Amino acid sequence: MGKQYETVIGLEVHVELATKTKIFCGCSTEFGGAPNTHTCPVCTGMPGSLPVLNKQVVEYALAVGLATNCKIHQYCKFDRKNYFYPDNPQNYQISQLYLPICHDGWVEIGTAAGKKKIGIHEIHMEEDAGKLVHDEWEDCSLVDYNRSGVPLIEIVSEPDMRSADEVIAYLEKLRLIIQYLGASDCKLQEGSMRADVNLSVRETGAKEFGTRTEMKNLNSFKAIARAIEGERNRQIELLEDGRKVIQETRRWDDNKESSHAMRSKEDAQDYRYFPDPDLVPVIISDEWIARIQAQQPELRTEKLGRYQTEYQLPQYDAEILTGSKHLADIFEETVALCNRPKEVSNWLMTDGMRLLKEHGQEPEDISFAPENLAKLVELVDNNVINRTVARSVFEAVFADNVDPSRYVEEKGLKVVNDTNQLRQVIEKILQENPQSVADYKAGKQKAMGFVVGQTMRAMKGKADPAVVNELAKELLENE
Amino acid sequence: MANIISDETIEYVGILAKLELSPEEKEAAKRDMGKMLDYIDKLNELDTSGAEPMSHVFPVSNVFREDVVTNGDDRENMLKNAPQQKGGAFKVPKTVE
Repeated sequence: MGKQYETVIGLEVHVELATKTKIFCGCSTEFGGAPNTHTCPVCTGMPGSLPVLNKQVVEYALAVGLATNCKIHQYCKFDRKNYFYPDNPQNYQISQLYLPICHDGWVEIGTAAGKKKIGIHEIHMEEDAGKLVHDEWEDCSLVDYNRSGVPLIEIVSEPDMRSADEVIAYLEKLRLIIQYLGASDCKLQEGSMRADVNLSVRETGAKEFGTRTEMKNLNSFKAIARAIEGERNRQIELLEDGRKVIQETRRWDDNKESSHAMRSKEDAQDYRYFPDPDLVPVIISDEWIARIQAQQPELRTEKLGRYQTEYQLPQYDAEILTGSKHLADIFEETVALCNRPKEVSNWLMTDGMRLLKEHGQEPEDISFAPENLAKLVELVDNNVINRTVARSVFEAVFADNVDPSRYVEEKGLKVVNDTNQLRQVIEKILQENPQSVADYKAGKQKAMGFVVGQTMRAMKGKADPAVVNELAKELLENE
Repeated sequence: MANIISDETIEYVGILAKLELSPEEKEAAKRDMGKMLDYIDKLNELDTSGAEPMSHVFPVSNVFREDVVTNGDDRENMLKNAPQQKGGAFKVPKTVE
């Protein structure tokens, strides 16, 4: 019987804040600008430039801290973290070491074994680095400082997680809280949320933690889960071989499903932190905290309850809809227009989720206007189109944000319930299918289904099924 | 001089500062650093047990900017300080992690 091991995991999560400008200068944080078009002397580290703190960064950090049950350091300040790398033009990153804005909080996650609290050690404010692109042609590196100085908060958890599932649950919890606060869009793929995993293993029951490693470059939940599994196995193998785990930073390669050590001894991690003399302390009054607390929007747990009471939705619907802030926003805006909560929920949850899955997209990627979904619901309610047609209209709304009324008009999709026209179509089908008539007479109900199906097909799905059913029955009886 | 800087220390500080020093420069730097630490030791003789730790010399706090974009595209000026550039980016020796 081999030894049993326990995995101990703590996370460092970096979140890009949704401010319009950088943390210490008035440059835009907008994505996708040409290289270095959002830069100034401050964020390119020119000598003599002076950083001035963006107040909104403090407010977002406070909002996240309060929503994660943190205490606030009401006297907080910034420190310099010194290291040389071309993406860091000042040769130091402005961060917080000694007095981070928030500390000692927690969030609750659901696990297979029930609810569990994950401790938050601290949340601090800092600036992002620039982007390095390797130029194969000239064998040099090119630096774009557009991201340099974009505000980040780093959320440092306690080593409270024991499995990949717990890590994912914790990240999803953080993501929802932050998205609901509007403090960030938290997209892992685009890097507005990044997680570094600190992991060690120890024999089950051991009191002391093992030596940990830090893993970087994890940009999806799947990559995080695979990296945790890979690193756990690597460390156990080392220990089983009687070797030691070295404390180091490792880079995960999701294609190879393995990691390698990132820094050599030459780049000793000695950051020589000291207080930044360019930035004055931030004093956070009780009134300021109270104001942020009062402004906190409805978070997921509250929304979950309200959807069930106010909109009379089943818990399952409420959970899916509130599982993404964007989805919840679309739902509420659409319901405000058409006042049909269950109907709107059905569209989003069945056809909406199906289309997202087919396109490999997230709820955040939904781009149609709530007005158009509301119009679609009304077209069905008013019996202008039938459900079969409505589904194809929904696909067009989902893909191209079309105006359903105009789309139905242009494509001639309105429901046909002109009984004379339908009667003629059905009569023709009966003439062409004497066997079906005979079957029906012989008591085979299925024959009617066939006739209805053929009629709907001849009408290209636009007939009113109820009317067709009624007419088909009448005509078969009278044959 | 009370503080003697070892060869290992000066080597390490050189690595951190990304400086390559000649043997003569190393000796000079060792002497300078020793003197600096002597001076700090002198400051440490003061009794500061009753004094609040200070992180900033001015009695000023809460200097903020509003979150409003005030800077436009000034790339041309920014790149004037670049020893080398390419395609609107600062060009630097190959750096891979």
